[in-house]
Amino acid sequence: MFPERDKNNIGQVIKVGLASCGMAAGGDEVYDALSTKLRQRGLNVELKQTGCMGMCYNEVLVEVCSPDSGCVFYRHVTPDKVDRMVEEHLIGGQPVTEWVIPHEEIYNFMAKQRRIVLQNCGIIDPESIDDYLAADGYKAIGKVLRSMSPQEVIDEITESGLRGRGGAGFPTGVKWGFVRKSPNSQKYVICNADEGDPGAFMDRSVLESDPHSVLEGMLIAGYAIGASEGYIYVRAEYPLAVRRLEIALAQARERGFIGESILGGNFDFDIRIRQGAGAFVCGEETALIMSIEGKRGMPRFRPPFPAQSGLWGKPTNINNVETFANVPWIILHGADAYNKYGTEKSKGTKVFALAGKVARGGLVEVPMGITLKEIVFDIGGGTSSGLEFKAIQIGGPSGGIIPASLADTPVDYESVTKTGAIMGSGGLIVMDETACVVDIAKFFLNFTQNESCGKCTFCRIGTLRMLEILERISNGEGKEGDLEVLEELAEGVKRASLCGLGQTAPNPVLTTIRYFRDEYEAHIHEKRCPAKKCRALVTYEIVPEKCPGCGLCVKYCPVGAISGEKKKPYIIDKEKCIDCGLCMSVCRLGAISVQSGGRNE
Amino acid sequence: MVIEAGVREKLSFAVIDAITHKHNVELGAIIPVLQEIQDAYGYVPPVALQRIAENTGVPASELFGIVTFYAQFRLEPIGKNLIKVCHGTACHLSGAERMSQALEQVAGAKEGETSQDRLFTVERVACLGCCSLAPCVMANGKVHGRLTPEAIGKLVSRIKETEEVVASEKVS
Repeated sequence: MFPERDKNNIGQVIKVGLASCGMAAGGDEVYDALSTKLRQRGLNVELKQTGCMGMCYNEVLVEVCSPDSGCVFYRHVTPDKVDRMVEEHLIGGQPVTEWVIPHEEIYNFMAKQRRIVLQNCGIIDPESIDDYLAADGYKAIGKVLRSMSPQEVIDEITESGLRGRGGAGFPTGVKWGFVRKSPNSQKYVICNADEGDPGAFMDRSVLESDPHSVLEGMLIAGYAIGASEGYIYVRAEYPLAVRRLEIALAQARERGFIGESILGGNFDFDIRIRQGAGAFVCGEETALIMSIEGKRGMPRFRPPFPAQSGLWGKPTNINNVETFANVPWIILHGADAYNKYGTEKSKGTKVFALAGKVARGGLVEVPMGITLKEIVFDIGGGTSSGLEFKAIQIGGPSGGIIPASLADTPVDYESVTKTGAIMGSGGLIVMDETACVVDIAKFFLNFTQNESCGKCTFCRIGTLRMLEILERISNGEGKEGDLEVLEELAEGVKRASLCGLGQTAPNPVLTTIRYFRDEYEAHIHEKRCPAKKCRALVTYEIVPEKCPGCGLCVKYCPVGAISGEKKKPYIIDKEKCIDCGLCMSVCRLGAISVQSGGRNE
Repeated sequence: MVIEAGVREKLSFAVIDAITHKHNVELGAIIPVLQEIQDAYGYVPPVALQRIAENTGVPASELFGIVTFYAQFRLEPIGKNLIKVCHGTACHLSGAERMSQALEQVAGAKEGETSQDRLFTVERVACLGCCSLAPCVMANGKVHGRLTPEAIGKLVSRIKETEEVVASEKVS
């Protein structure tokens, strides 16, 4: 259970998790069903929507609090379960135990977490400023305006050790100091909410679940650096986040927290929202600035850094969503309270989006220095398939694959960088033995190749050439010397690219070659994919003893390669088969198997 | 509500003028302008670029450079239902390629294409951010997760049924 909950002050409250995951799992229908049922029975129970509760693998999540039974969490709730929940639990006083998440499971998921950025997520209604205020919201900006000078604010943030959570890890207080020192009366604050890493949803969750915390962080930054205008640049692919931000902004303006003479003082600050237009590269700060200026989002050389010359040539402070969300807590509790968490050089906590083949996937926040093994096994519960844990992908397309043998690596900026990966923005993808590293490297390179803006030759063409080699390898056309060419190209792309996209694009390739060279060699020399993933190197077969001839696979085969008589084992025509694996994924009886290696070409 | 653009003469300059006028004091607002035009028409009609250039002073060539740089903008109309298949890391590991294959079979459109009957346009996106529910698609703005080839078939059938009801209502 959330440790900070006040057990003595529980009325009857039902909370439904309605961030994007909750809604995608059918949360809206559950909320409506609860609303109808409560009205039907004339019950005076408070029904609230909240944001992301963190245990995303259990969506739809509903928390039911009542004086007699405390707070319990229901998982996988569907509208048809609402009747019993209300009758038996709310009216009868007896929770429906078969649907309740056991305390032990919640304890295991939460015990090693420290929720600072996520403190309000899943607890307050993100569309209620009153909820935010009741949770000490906007007290930090109040404290700042009443009793701290801009330099004192900067010192506090510097002392806390907060480093940029977007991935680069630059000390936040130091950056604010640079912008403050830049001579110019017009300065800007920008919040980078262009969370483009595939597999990352930390920022989305914060924006959908506690948008005011980000606004408050920006206000404090604006005061510290001397800016009166701010922009939030959000991906267009996050419509709910945009909507909740717009609501929060309107509410904050109405109550005088944003606009002119904030809290009756001399400080003016207003915020505009800009939506991205589908370019990953616009997560890079200079490209982001170009985009706000209405241009093609192509990065430029630094120096000059945005702190000296940013948006429209003016000093600009850009921070990630998570960085801003840390700020109010640090101001209220003090730098020392923050820097007691973490390691010597990586202070505080980090939010991770734990996903992939993990049993308990979701949004977690842990103190820096925790090991990958603790995150995957203690918090995440190991692999979802029960198969062996193979590796973890960290840092998105700029990061790398860390093998299971290095699972004791502590999560801090320096230790992760030593492995060849980067901390990144917080995406953590767990891989089991069904993941092919060549396929993963190809996947990420395909992504960065597509998203390359095209300015730098090595990034534009080098990544393409690397991708072509990877495609040949996974198609069974790999040859001697391929790995050496890949490594040489990778070095070139890293050194000759002007922005982070190109400089880090080769990382997935380099880390997979470093830690899984034997898998590459199997693809190249034996034409075998050990994970049985690469389509050109696998064959699918129906196991006659297990096939009852139900015909389900025939329905899904895109090329009509399966045939047979009803009630007799079916057969796959190898000439027609394109090895897509759809048949195996729909077969409920495990009657289709996949093999790799030993093919006659 | 999507306004039918279709034929060049039918393009309403009033709509375009209203959008550009709304943003005319805002610095760098050309991307929001293009986004609102796409919201209104379902795509950015190439013939609109000249009018936007006249209203804003941004040369049409620069506008063309912007709409072709950002993946969000389309220069061609889309089908009635837009389905975006997520190919993020978690979805990829959970079989996103197979979902695309299954979708192609039932909707009749490959990624980047519109079906012959103009009912579906299928697009590929890098990540919808719902990784715990992999594999996912976003159909008409709503995310559907924990998909299987069967679930995709059902989703498309449901959409087709709704379209048939709407079509028959129009006839009667």
